[in-house]
This record gives sequence, C-alpha cells and structure tokens, in this order.
Amino acid sequence: MAEADQSSEPAPAPAAPVEINAVPVRRPGRLVAGFLIIVVAAALIKSAATNPRFGWGTVGEYLFAPTVMEGLVKTIELTFLSMIIGIGIGVLLAVMRLSPNPIVVAASGFYIWLFRGTPVLVQLLFWAFIAALYPVISLGVPFGPALVNLDANTWITPFVAVLLGLGLNEGAYMSEIVRAGLLSVDEGQEEAAKALGMRRMMTMRRVILPQAMRVIIPPTGNETIGMLKTTSLVSVLAYTELLYAVQLIYATNYKQIPLLIVASIWYLVLTTILSIGQYFIERHYGRGTAREVPPTLLMRIWQSFSTWRHTRVEIPEPTRHGL
Amino acid sequence: MSDAMIKAEAVHKRFGRNEVLKGITLDVAPGEVMCLLGPSGSGKSTFLRCINHLEKINSGRIWVDGNLVGYRQKGDVLHEISERDVAQEREQIGMVFQRFNLFGHMTAEQNIIEAPVRVAGLKPDVARAEAKVLMDRVGLGDRLDAYPAQLSGGQQQRVAIARALAMKPKLMLFDEPTSALDPELVGEVLDVMRALAADGMTMVVVTHETGFAKEVGDTVVFMDDGVVVESGDPVSVFENPQHARTQAFLSKVL
Ligand SMILES: Nc1ncnc2c1ncn2[C@@H]1O[C@H](COP(=O)(O)OP(=O)(O)O)[C@@H](O)[C@H]1O
Ligand SMILES: [Mg+2]
Repeated sequence: MAEADQSSEPAPAPAAPVEINAVPVRRPGRLVAGFLIIVVAAALIKSAATNPRFGWGTVGEYLFAPTVMEGLVKTIELTFLSMIIGIGIGVLLAVMRLSPNPIVVAASGFYIWLFRGTPVLVQLLFWAFIAALYPVISLGVPFGPALVNLDANTWITPFVAVLLGLGLNEGAYMSEIVRAGLLSVDEGQEEAAKALGMRRMMTMRRVILPQAMRVIIPPTGNETIGMLKTTSLVSVLAYTELLYAVQLIYATNYKQIPLLIVASIWYLVLTTILSIGQYFIERHYGRGTAREVPPTLLMRIWQSFSTWRHTRVEIPEPTRHGL
Repeated sequence: MSDAMIKAEAVHKRFGRNEVLKGITLDVAPGEVMCLLGPSGSGKSTFLRCINHLEKINSGRIWVDGNLVGYRQKGDVLHEISERDVAQEREQIGMVFQRFNLFGHMTAEQNIIEAPVRVAGLKPDVARAEAKVLMDRVGLGDRLDAYPAQLSGGQQQRVAIARALAMKPKLMLFDEPTSALDPELVGEVLDVMRALAADGMTMVVVTHETGFAKEVGDTVVFMDDGVVVESGDPVSVFENPQHARTQAFLSKVL
C-alpha cells in the first residue's frame, strides 16, 4: 500500500500557458439597459431629495431617538428569541416526524397543521388574551394533582405572549425546513453510525443534523429575515418594538412618512447584517464539501464590476476529484 | 453453544412478502476469513446486515461470539433487547460499506475518533494517538486532516476500515468494499484487508474479487436466491464447483 497516493506522481511540466486576452463581444443591449436604469434611478433620487414631504430633516432627527433605539433593541430581541424557540421546536417536531412511534408522528403532524393553518396575527391575539382562556396555568401530573399554579395574568406578560405567539408559529415552519434537511442526508450515514454502536439520538445529534445544516441554513436565514419583519405585527398588541415605537412618536407629531422611513432604514440595516451573517454561517457548515458557498449578491456585483475592468478570460481550476 | 465467532442457524428474512433469506446456516470460526459470493439480489448484503442487527430476522438464530444477536432467550421465550444493548453488541462488530459512508462533515481523524470517544468513552488524546496509528496502518498517516471529499475512493475506503478498527472489533463485515472503486484503486484496499486477515481478524467479505477470495479466503460461500448453494475451501469451490448455479456464476465472473 506504499505507492497508493497517486497525487505524488510527477506530472510532465507543461509549456508556459499563454493567457487568453481576447477582445470581448460588444453588447449594445446591455449598455442601453444600464443607461436607462441609471436615468430612472437618478430621477427617483432627485424626487426623494427635493420633495419636502419626505422630511429628511425629521428622519435624521429621529433616527437615533431614544424611543426608536429602545424599539430597535426590542425588535432584535424578539427576532432572535422567537427564532431560537422556533428552531428548537422545529428540530423537535422534525425528529418526531421520523419517529417509529405513530402517536409521536401524529402529534407532530397535528401541531404543524394547527399552527400553519391559522394566521400568526390570530395566534398572537390568542396569546394576548390567554388569561381569559386559562386564568390559572397548572403544572403537574395530567389529570392528577397540580404541582404549581401560575396566575396567567402575571406570568403571560405581553413579552411572553408575543414570544410564544411568534416562536410557536415559527416552529411549525422550521420543522418542515429541518425535515427536508434531515432527509437530504444519505441513509448510509445513519447506517455507518449505527454500525459503530451509536444510538439513535447520538446519531441524530452528531452525524445527521450537522450535515443537514447545509440544507437547513439558507431557508432559516430567510425565515429569520421574515421573522424580523413579522415582529412588526406585534405592534397591534401595543408592544413597543420598532414599528410601535415610531407609531407612538407620529401619534403626537403627525410626521408619519419620515418616521416610517426611520423604521424602514433600521429594518434594512438589520436585514443587510443578517444576510452577511448568513453567508458566513453557510460557509462554516459547507466545510467538508468540495463546493464553495456561492458569493452573496453584493460580492457578485463587485466581482462583475471588476471583471468588467479586466476582461481577461478566467479559466476555471479543475475541480477536485473523488466522491 | 459452540466456540464459533458467528453461528447462523436457519436464518430467514422477509421484506413484506419477499423472502430474501430462506434458511441460512453457517459457522465462521475465530480468525477465519469467509468470502461470500453470489449474484446481485441473492441476499448477501441482507445476511451481513442481519449479523449486526441492522435488519431483524424473521426466524432462526444468529450468535456472535456466543451471544444471541438482538435477543435474549429466557426458557423458550425470546425477548428483544434494548436499543442500548443492540448498540453495545454492534460496537464489537466492524462494518465496511460499498459506498464508504464516511461522515462527510468530519475529517478522517474525526471520523475515526468519533465512536471511540462518544461511544466507548476513550479520552480524545488517547483516541487521536490511536487514530494516527490506524491511519499509518492503512497507509494514510499524512491525511488525518483531510475531509472525505478531498480523498479518492480508495483512500476513503481505507479510512472507513480504520474507523471500524478503532472500536477494536472482534469481527469485521465487508459489504463489497471495492465495488464502487475505479479499477486502479481496488488493489490498495485489498492490500489493507489482506494485512488485516494476516493479523488474525475474523472477516466476512462480500466480494466479486475472486482473486482475493482465492488467496485470502479460508472459506468461500456461494449464495443464490437466499440460500447457500455451495461452500468450502476456495480451491474446491472455484476449481471444482459441484453445483450448476455455482458453475454458471463463476463462468461469468472468472
Ligand atoms: N430494505 C429493504 N426493503 C425491501 N427489500 C429489500 C431491502 N433490502 C434488500 N431488499 C431486497 O432483498 C433482496 C436481496 O438484496 P441484497 O441483500 O441487497 O442482495 P445482494 O447484496 O446479494 O445483492 C433484493 O431483492 C432486494 O430488493
Ligand atoms: Mg449487496
């Protein structure tokens, strides 16, 4: 087995390759389209800058206002906590779906049916009024003695209600994403783990889930961005997140448009940060696969500008062989 | 019981109405290398998977090293054993697959130490030292940090063998370990298996490599349609097959 590594075989030294330096094909259509877009964009920017009703001064005034900042923090908090709840429930439901026990499978199916089948706004309102449904929440043996009695009004604070509403609903969606990820992992992986003496749960945690991540992460990034925006729904429960914060302000000064722009700017900032974070997480979970994670939109735009400048033809490197 | 490493008695296995194993009876002695041959679909893989209880048998018995596989007998009654006990039985039985099945998100080293650390409770540095020894043994001492996708098929299969050996099994099952390999990579894997056999490992090898079976096998078993058609030492089975089905099969593969 000594001479097994064939990569050590000396390759015949190739003659120095000549870089292709061709004149690119002229593409007049591209130039026209590019020109039109720039004209339209310039017109829009001019109108936004010169129309006084945009109130850019007011936007600047309130962009970092304390109420807005507090709302922003709440929005971030809600997004992350409800995604954590959602992902936790999603993993649990997806693993339940693959259980050999039919009752466990049915329970998971019922949950998904219920929470995907009703609007999240309705669910949020239910949680807000939960105290009317269950004034006392008892934890204990089902049909048996209660161990703790919690007063719903004190324990289900608006924050908890909002978190439950968003998180439990998200769990139903995440479970489908996680399930698709689990199914994407080759069955041979589970077999190999079993054959090594690993049990079901360890196999799931150590072998299947980490490899499912590659499939799970991109849609989860989208869900997180979706969640960021869905948190604005809780403004109807008078919970002071970003949107409700600006609503509070324009309720007193009537400058609706500038304040909605303030909120939009912050939502855009957050979604941009999330997209960048998603790229790095995808790259982490893509390790061990030969393929690179595709570049983000921003990177692609940057690259196409730089290839416009250098019209050298890139010859792709040979891909790594092996299964 | 006997002192056989594997003892199979009238093993039957059905998938739905499709009876795949129709009464397999055979013994594998400690240190023996048994090569299992037969046409595709004859039940070779299924039988191998029954030995480590990846498949449940419908009737008959299998013992590995004197222990009934998957069950405990109390009087006349068989009791299924728990998932934990099944897993413990499997620790003793290494398995190597046609498609390697290395964990794609782990390096070669991580693949090898995973079960010793997580299942057998070995200290990570001890496991890593052992992984290095095993990788040297399969000729890949310098590829500990490679991910499976960065290795050729032959290299992956050698890592897979090292991974199975890391649990210090008393028995190794190989299911067509070279069938997914390019012809020029078959030799390096067979070399590792040859060395393992010389070390006295008990092995059951499903293979179409008749050269390997002749040279390394102590016994050759020819299976067809869920039954053992013929078995014996390699010379007599290959050179003087008694059964028409064996003759027909050998004339195709030799
Ligand atoms: N999990 C399964 N479910 C249903 N049928 C199966 C399953 N595994 C194997 N079989 C069937 O069992 C028969 C024997 O398969 P196998 O043991 O893989 O044969 P071999 O390894 O000899 O080619 C085939 O007909 C195959 O279709
Ligand atoms: Mg097979």
